[in-house]
Amino acid sequence: MSSFAAPLLRLTITQHERIVAHCYAGLPDEACGLLAGPVIGPLAQREATGFVSEVYPAVNADASARTYTVDGRDYLRASRDSEARGDEIIGVWHSHTHTDPYPSPTDVSSAVDPMWVYMIVSLRDDIPTLRAFRIRAGEIAECQVVLDGG
Amino acid sequence: MAEVRLPTLLRVHADGAASVTAAGSTVGELFASVTAAHPGLADQLIDENGALHKFVNVYVNDDDIRYLDKLETPVTDRDVISILPAVAGG
Ligand SMILES: [Zn+2]
Repeated sequence: MSSFAAPLLRLTITQHERIVAHCYAGLPDEACGLLAGPVIGPLAQREATGFVSEVYPAVNADASARTYTVDGRDYLRASRDSEARGDEIIGVWHSHTHTDPYPSPTDVSSAVDPMWVYMIVSLRDDIPTLRAFRIRAGEIAECQVVLDGG
Repeated sequence: MAEVRLPTLLRVHADGAASVTAAGSTVGELFASVTAAHPGLADQLIDENGALHKFVNVYVNDDDIRYLDKLETPVTDRDVISILPAVAGG
């Protein structure tokens, strides 16, 4: 068990489809994008509610099958758009083309924001699998993901 | 005064503010002003060699300062400077 809680993440079926479609479209490279949603609570305890208001497909600036970097301008646009809605970027998603949907050592060492959700879509099998995590100081906690209608 | 927008990760170092205003004619001068007011931001923005930290991207309006004049990039009071962490993995 991890020493910290991870939010329950609510994705709509449409958001899920957009994420998975972008991951397939990125093949053979890894694909990536950002998640936005409301954040509540006092400073230093601010917490995503787990509701996802928008998903933002982004360019993988690495154009690589092994690594990803969210294109900075895509991040800038997503950040502006989400803040104009009163939300924030609450996490990032990327694909694993041939491995489990679980954070790789690179994912763990690169995870800079302890409040973010790190979502991973595996395309290894015929049916894509999606899992989400919070990563703090090298420790991983899984977020339950619920798919809502819409 | 130019507006400097902070990512959520760094707001804890600026009393929770989403943006701060700062005076200066270059990005480097703005950062000096911002980090004087919020010392916790200094290590997040500038590395031990005085250069922009490699895990941080800085935009003047829509333009990445790495492709301009880095910390010497000129700014005016009408510019919006956005700081975003590099988001990457494998
Ligand atoms: Zn990964």
